[in-house]
Amino acid sequence: MADNSDVTRQICERFGNDKGRLMDILLSVQAESGCIASGALDDIAKSLSMNRVEVESAATFYAFFSREPRGRFVIRLCNDIIDQIKGMDRIAAAFRTELGIDFGQTTADGLFSLEYTPCIGMCDQAPALLINHKVVTRVSTDMVHEIVQTLRATKSIEQLKLTLGDGNNSHPLVRSMVVNNLREPGSVVFAPTTPGVALQRALSEQPVELIKIVKASRLRGRGGAGFPTGMKWEFTRGAVGDRKFVVCNADEGEPGTFKDRVILTEAAGLMFEGMTIAGYAIGASEGIVYLRGEYTYLLQFLEEILSKRRAAGLLGRDILGKSGFKFDIRIQLGAGAYVCGEETALLSSCEGKAGDPKTRPPFPAQKGYLGMPTVINNVETYCAVARIIENGPGWFTSMGTQGSAGTKVFSVSGDCSSPGVYELPFGITVNDLLARVGATETQAVQVGGASGRMIGPAEFGRKLCYDDLATGGSVMVFGAQRDVLAIAHAFMEFFVEESCGYCTPCRVGTSLLCERLGRFLGGNADLADIDYLEKTGKSVKTASRCGLGQTAANPVLSTIQSFRQEYERRVKTNGSVFLSSFDPIKAVAAAAGMAGHGSEYFGTQKGGV
Amino acid sequence: MGAKVVFTIDGKDVEGEQGQTILQAAALSGIYIPHLCAMKGLTPWGSCRVCTVLVNGRPQAACTMPITDGMVVENETAELKDLRSSLVEMLFVEGNHYCMFCEKSGNCELQAMGYRLGMLSPRHRYMFPNRKVDASHPDVMLDFNRCILCARCIRASQELDGKHVFQFIQRGARKRIGVNAVNGAGGTNLKVIDKAAESCPVGCIIKKRVGFAIPVGQRKYDQKPIGSDIESRQTVTK
Repeated sequence: MADNSDVTRQICERFGNDKGRLMDILLSVQAESGCIASGALDDIAKSLSMNRVEVESAATFYAFFSREPRGRFVIRLCNDIIDQIKGMDRIAAAFRTELGIDFGQTTADGLFSLEYTPCIGMCDQAPALLINHKVVTRVSTDMVHEIVQTLRATKSIEQLKLTLGDGNNSHPLVRSMVVNNLREPGSVVFAPTTPGVALQRALSEQPVELIKIVKASRLRGRGGAGFPTGMKWEFTRGAVGDRKFVVCNADEGEPGTFKDRVILTEAAGLMFEGMTIAGYAIGASEGIVYLRGEYTYLLQFLEEILSKRRAAGLLGRDILGKSGFKFDIRIQLGAGAYVCGEETALLSSCEGKAGDPKTRPPFPAQKGYLGMPTVINNVETYCAVARIIENGPGWFTSMGTQGSAGTKVFSVSGDCSSPGVYELPFGITVNDLLARVGATETQAVQVGGASGRMIGPAEFGRKLCYDDLATGGSVMVFGAQRDVLAIAHAFMEFFVEESCGYCTPCRVGTSLLCERLGRFLGGNADLADIDYLEKTGKSVKTASRCGLGQTAANPVLSTIQSFRQEYERRVKTNGSVFLSSFDPIKAVAAAAGMAGHGSEYFGTQKGGV
Repeated sequence: MGAKVVFTIDGKDVEGEQGQTILQAAALSGIYIPHLCAMKGLTPWGSCRVCTVLVNGRPQAACTMPITDGMVVENETAELKDLRSSLVEMLFVEGNHYCMFCEKSGNCELQAMGYRLGMLSPRHRYMFPNRKVDASHPDVMLDFNRCILCARCIRASQELDGKHVFQFIQRGARKRIGVNAVNGAGGTNLKVIDKAAESCPVGCIIKKRVGFAIPVGQRKYDQKPIGSDIESRQTVTK
């Protein structure tokens, strides 16, 4: 066996000993060695002429990297709220039984590690999990048994007998059991197109004219924030820099969102075409797609589409014969960090660093990737751009509403009969959408994922668009049987885990909110705790540094707004003058354990210590 | 010199130069905006958020926000004071801060900020984290119980000392300061005379054997509240 140091050195060499490619290097070392050990940090630092602690900073930030050796098969069970209501606990129990280990542990034979992971973009086919990079969906307890048996016997993921999904999911380079669940293809993103048509048209225009067309289309960013795309491009074009970059945010990590998965599977060419158009418009020759680590199963397939586009003259030099216009795209994989969906954190990650957001201003349009002017848009936005250039801005603005032109691709999951992807004109009401997805007796709808807001039936008449209920695409439906506070608590746990920890309100505030909300679920909350949640939630919203923190209190704030009675109902009303949140039995448990008997006054907690 | 920029803080005209942040321009005009992670001579960082002000009605960190002509800044509002207090209280409950046993007491900016903002007991629940002490360096001790993750040591080491002793590691609630060695600060090239060793606003980075050279009661913030040096400046305010 080659010395570990040699392997690490070779990996670094493969990426030109370029510290900007540290993410790829760490991903490779993790894949090769099953961990990034202390020695590897030194080896990488040496090869890249970096400080050890800089390497450690990136290596300890992302969930997919580990310092301790992981099993040959890392099973990551998705624990988002949809998977929880679709039977995640049963699957977890089955794995515990089959493997004899708990989550966070590795089997003695070094074959299996068991972990939880936040939303992997499969809410429409939950419960789901990853085995290394292989996605397994609609998991049953029988499947758990079969998976473990097969992997034990064959030691090969390829031996798993999984049915293949529809469309490109069964492409030889994908071979995944994921299904598209594309319920309603619309006329923008999922309409049939011919590669190169939009690009050809774009190249016949002056770049400045192109930006005018995008502005005239009133296209706004599809990631959720809704910034006017044309304006963003104009700023970037006008900004000073030796190089400029076009970045595509394919780090779809918002719980309940999976529409980019389907776009990447069925319309990636359109996305690449939109990026190329953006490159021409702003004067960039380099593009990066930041693909979330959970979608690694699509990587080879996407690389092949890029190769084909290069061969067809749609990427590379003198694109479509346009002398002097060169543009190419590389794919940067993420490694399990929701915050990297925040655009400046994404750029930090592309630079090979920990995914901490950058200080704004300056904005990416002025100083983005490597400090150069950078346009960064969502997968869906680039698709829309290509179609706008192809069909004209008037065609686009004829769909949707005044403030929200065009269509939106929604990811719908939860308590409904037809979860999946729906491309619909902006402005559709929640009620209309619920009818389409087969949702009945709906208690609550979470619009915009964990960072969005939860609404009750009183607001189902509202419209899904930027001016009313804005969403990056996630729509989670919850039936009458669900506990809305438990859902809000699950979202808060998610934010505690996914905060980058850079700024005080988000790093500390999310934990405080999560704990205080938990008191309502545990039955020991005071009425004053509602005020605390509102006040502290507002502080987190006001003072946080980036979009993650600014929206991290939404699960609490929006449920207090829409479901206040659920909070009031659970306030402890024992008439006691003592602090309700104080649990005397728990407080003396450790002492009782040492003494070997319970407290005379309070007794012992059931089950002992 | 940059071009002249005129803006207002709480209704008062303030003059600054293009390229300055709100915090810098305010300080030069004798207006104190409470802050912890910002330190003169270091790149603005924007992590503690204690300097949050309203700029044309929108919250911004004064330490990173550049000034522009006609900008309307609100600083001393009741809401902002309460927000700052809440943030400082978060920093208190997040770590283990026992002022009465801490040799930094009286020179500690966090403690001084608590006093200045009128903090009595924190509204937040104490977290009592289990954190480590790194005493491996011969002349400097790191007591992470008191770290507030302001990153001043990270920046000072890089920008003033030309080294790279410190860096954030981990993320979220587990985020902490890592050192550039396997077995603690003793393995790094940190020197007690480094600016990084002096940059800590709290009692996390402590020089050994000099802790009580100045008795409690005669220390910096025992004399005057934090911010008074700025407020006593005679420079412009019209």
